Amino acid sequence: MTMTTTSATELASALQKGEITSVECTTAFLDRIGSTNPTINAFLSVDRDGALAKAEAVDTARAQGKPLGPLAGLPVAVKDVLCTTDQKTTCASRMLKTYEPPYDADVVRRLREADAIILGKTNMDEFAMGGSNENSAYGLVRNPWDTNSAPGGSSGGSAAAVAADMAPLAIGSDTGGSIRQPAGLCGITGLKPTYGRVSRRGLIAFSSSLDQIGPMARSAKECAMLLQAIAGHDPGDSTSLNTPVPDYLTGLEKPLQGLRIGRVAEHFGEGLDQEVAEHVEQTFAAYEAAGATIHEVELPHARYGVPTYYLIAPSEASSNLARYDGAHYGHRWDGTPTDDQGISTFDSPLVEMYCRSRAEGFGPEVKRRIMLGTYALSAGYYDAYYAKALRVRRLIRNDFTQAFKKVDLIGGPVSATPAFKLGEKTDDPVAMYLVDLYTVGANLAGIGGISFPCGFTKTNLPVGFQLQGPALSEPLLLQAAHQYQQTTDWHLQRTTAIPS
Amino acid sequence: MPTQDEATPTLTREDVIKVAMLARLALSDTELSSLTEELSKIVGFVSQLSEINTDEVEPLAHPLDSQNVFREDRPVPSLTTADALRCAPRHDEECFLVPAVLGESGSA
Amino acid sequence: MTAESHHPFTTVIGLEVHVQLQTETKLFCGCVTTFGSSPNTQVCPTCLGLPGSLPVMNRLAFDLSLRAALALNCKIASFTKWDRKNYFYPDLPKGYQISQFDLPFSYEGHLEVIDPKGVFEPRNVRIIRVHLEEDAGKSMHDEAAGTADSRIDLNRTGTPLCEIVTEPDIRSPEEARAWLNELKLLLVYLGVSDCNMQEGSLRVDANVNLHIPQPDGRLAKTPIVEIKNMNSFRSVERALVYETERQWGEWQATHAEIGSMPKQTRGWDDSAGVTRGQRHKEESSDYRYFPEPDLVPVTVSEEQVAAVRATMGEPPAMLRKTLADRWKIPAYDADVLVNQGPELVEYFEDLAKKVGEGKVASNWMQQDVLRMLNERGGRIADFPVQPAAVADIIERVKKGDFDTGRGKEIFAAVLETGRPVDEVVAGLGIAAVDEGDLQKLCEELIAENPKIVADVKGGKEQAAGGLIGQAKRKNPNVNPGKVRALALELIRALP
Repeated sequence: MTMTTTSATELASALQKGEITSVECTTAFLDRIGSTNPTINAFLSVDRDGALAKAEAVDTARAQGKPLGPLAGLPVAVKDVLCTTDQKTTCASRMLKTYEPPYDADVVRRLREADAIILGKTNMDEFAMGGSNENSAYGLVRNPWDTNSAPGGSSGGSAAAVAADMAPLAIGSDTGGSIRQPAGLCGITGLKPTYGRVSRRGLIAFSSSLDQIGPMARSAKECAMLLQAIAGHDPGDSTSLNTPVPDYLTGLEKPLQGLRIGRVAEHFGEGLDQEVAEHVEQTFAAYEAAGATIHEVELPHARYGVPTYYLIAPSEASSNLARYDGAHYGHRWDGTPTDDQGISTFDSPLVEMYCRSRAEGFGPEVKRRIMLGTYALSAGYYDAYYAKALRVRRLIRNDFTQAFKKVDLIGGPVSATPAFKLGEKTDDPVAMYLVDLYTVGANLAGIGGISFPCGFTKTNLPVGFQLQGPALSEPLLLQAAHQYQQTTDWHLQRTTAIPS
Repeated sequence: MPTQDEATPTLTREDVIKVAMLARLALSDTELSSLTEELSKIVGFVSQLSEINTDEVEPLAHPLDSQNVFREDRPVPSLTTADALRCAPRHDEECFLVPAVLGESGSA
Repeated sequence: MTAESHHPFTTVIGLEVHVQLQTETKLFCGCVTTFGSSPNTQVCPTCLGLPGSLPVMNRLAFDLSLRAALALNCKIASFTKWDRKNYFYPDLPKGYQISQFDLPFSYEGHLEVIDPKGVFEPRNVRIIRVHLEEDAGKSMHDEAAGTADSRIDLNRTGTPLCEIVTEPDIRSPEEARAWLNELKLLLVYLGVSDCNMQEGSLRVDANVNLHIPQPDGRLAKTPIVEIKNMNSFRSVERALVYETERQWGEWQATHAEIGSMPKQTRGWDDSAGVTRGQRHKEESSDYRYFPEPDLVPVTVSEEQVAAVRATMGEPPAMLRKTLADRWKIPAYDADVLVNQGPELVEYFEDLAKKVGEGKVASNWMQQDVLRMLNERGGRIADFPVQPAAVADIIERVKKGDFDTGRGKEIFAAVLETGRPVDEVVAGLGIAAVDEGDLQKLCEELIAENPKIVADVKGGKEQAAGGLIGQAKRKNPNVNPGKVRALALELIRALP
């Protein structure tokens, strides 16, 4: 058994049977990280000692017949946007280079209680802002299928870690597509749960009304297993849903007979890569063959999703990131004067400390979005931009509500193109923002979405398929993806593109 | 794919400086130039929303419909002072230290 | 002194009051709100604004603010939400304050203040809104030491605050002070806040300007000035008196009217007795309010409002009438008692019940209990002499064991020694004077005072008063009434 290419569900069963130990399993993944991460840069930090100590504790407990959590001994990679008490949490920002949180995120707490082994913290776009993982202060992440291409973002590190077999399971966060898009571009499965299904406590906020944590793994079944461990009500998050968590694994095997899947004509318009379109159409055909029916539905305001998103998310971000001012934690300007001709006069030494600490601590994309959000909320522009976007947000949500009266799920592409080359879009922010075209709708409406591989291009780049479902449709999304993966093996393809 | 309206608003360098001061960002000369151009472009892009009539539409600030989430007035242990100050760039044994604060809080 | 009495203008004052709510924990986290703890000992990820931390609203804080709004006769919004007010300041670690902007939970109330001395007419002050928000921390700067750094203590950060904003309905500095007293009393009675200004649990900013009638019939208005840094109601009154005069002087010099300059903020310097202009940055007032996405809205039903109303108890204005009626005491007495707060009223009612006579109890409250309480300081709840003891003393006076003056001495001794009334009476040798002893004492006095005896015989009965002082010197325990009655009887019996 090559543990690093074995699914988490099989690893769990082998661990339970005593065929392997968690120390062996964890060591295998740590070794894979050791050989692969220098190329891919998926991990910002690896907690070798902590992971092995926990693995040993799990093995000992198992040997003694003690009760163990559902993820006992299984390695998990955690996006560096989640607070961890035993590892620094940087959000891939210079601002938090040395930041050590005094508390665990609720999801991290749940992972620990499930006896998972946290391997380390994965790379990401700084403060989760980006769609290519080129915005990390600690270096870009390479796509394991083509190391000159981007893995997508912002959860690019988590996606690449799974795609490159550095972790069987990974935690990502999705504000406008940040789980689904990198999952699609890296050929893995990623679920953005319904807003509120997973606690946001300890998730470093980008846009609070859009952020949601979710599972990433090779298959839908592994995602179901991971979601089971992290979902649930948290009284410490006012926006956490207080509804029971269903069993995500039991329904997976049900056939898809009678499932109604919506197809949005506008998804196939200008800008959609031909090869992507073909694979997406074939996926619809596969669903039909499996007993589902395909129906045309309309999302009339979907085309306004990206501009709506790029007003709401930066507005909230401009406020969420105000706390990084060098006063209580994080980077502070050391007082070294500069002779730059930019902004250089300040009301007081305090204001100068704020302005210079923030200018030094944040990268270009974060600054761009803070500027955009500050502008959109400022006196005289609020109604034209922020408030306008909130109204369109309602129209976008209404579109989904209408569509879900006719169909159970909506299918389509995750991204318009397969993985794009590193550097290809870095000079054009608007082009970069449009990579979120198919994914922002679910965040704006607060509904669930899953992305999984549905084919490869001629140059061997993965293509993703997205299913979106109404609020709390996670069981159906997982079932539909799992059933597809029972008859296809795209998710099992392993890359050979990583130079050793 | 949405296209950019030709007659969209543009930002001047002075606008960008004003926003940067509100956002407390000491932007460099180069950044001011590039952001003036980029923000104009982005604002132009997002301004396409103005073509939708939303007169009868209520704003939707949040995807959740839930209401009335409270906690009881019960104390929870606080952090130790040492933990609270651990990541502070400057602190003494009990307080955060920042460059002199003179005058009143910005709060109204 | 009222400004109006000297000058041809109307002073127009509006107040903005922040009150800390009497909860055990903060508005959005479980840190306690104890005043005076060592810096940064009552902080957690939420109130420190650490990355990833989230707020959850304190139910009691909301209920208390609802109670305050109802007592201020406000309308309660059926739907309310919170907003972020964005600005950078080191005592505000998140870079925004969670407050309420366009949909406060209550609005359009009023609170009337009546001056029992009649210096000003009863004034009904309208309330624009009451909303619930979080407090900021404290920044401390030692200017004398000239250090480059300020020290930041975030213990207070996140303490629940009710903000109460009035219409500019107040017409003089003394009215402002009286209204604030009434507001404070109301909030203390309802258990909403302890309103302790020294501890910062009640803070006041005042907006003031002058309306000056012009010869052409037009009303000229001076620019509105916001006064901050007033740390007692007396300071509020003094600052407003000062500011009124300052604006009048300014008007005479410049004739500058409202709108000719941005709103000015001035700080009150209590020791110098002046207001001083504060620097005001235009950009800092762009707070970029938007709905707080980390909290969900709150809805309030008619039933909830009714339930809160039912548990509220009597507001002071109503209690004054109730006390006056129930105990047959003058309105002035009721006012004095109620103005001391609910604990004192409870003490008084207990005493009045035991004594059975409201006016007697009220007199003792005002002349003895309150006087000693004020001398000693502290709260009535900690006052060592309980109503039962006071009632005991009053009862013995009524029985004629000793006179009122002696009773007061006993009260003072009980307070001082902390011993029961019986023991104090015995210890002072104060026992009821035996009838035989009294007879003997009076006979002695008559023998020693032929002049008085003659005067009384001649019809001047009031001359007997001269015997009472002497009797008390001989035996401090004698009852003056009894001495007088017996002496007169004995004198009349003389041949």
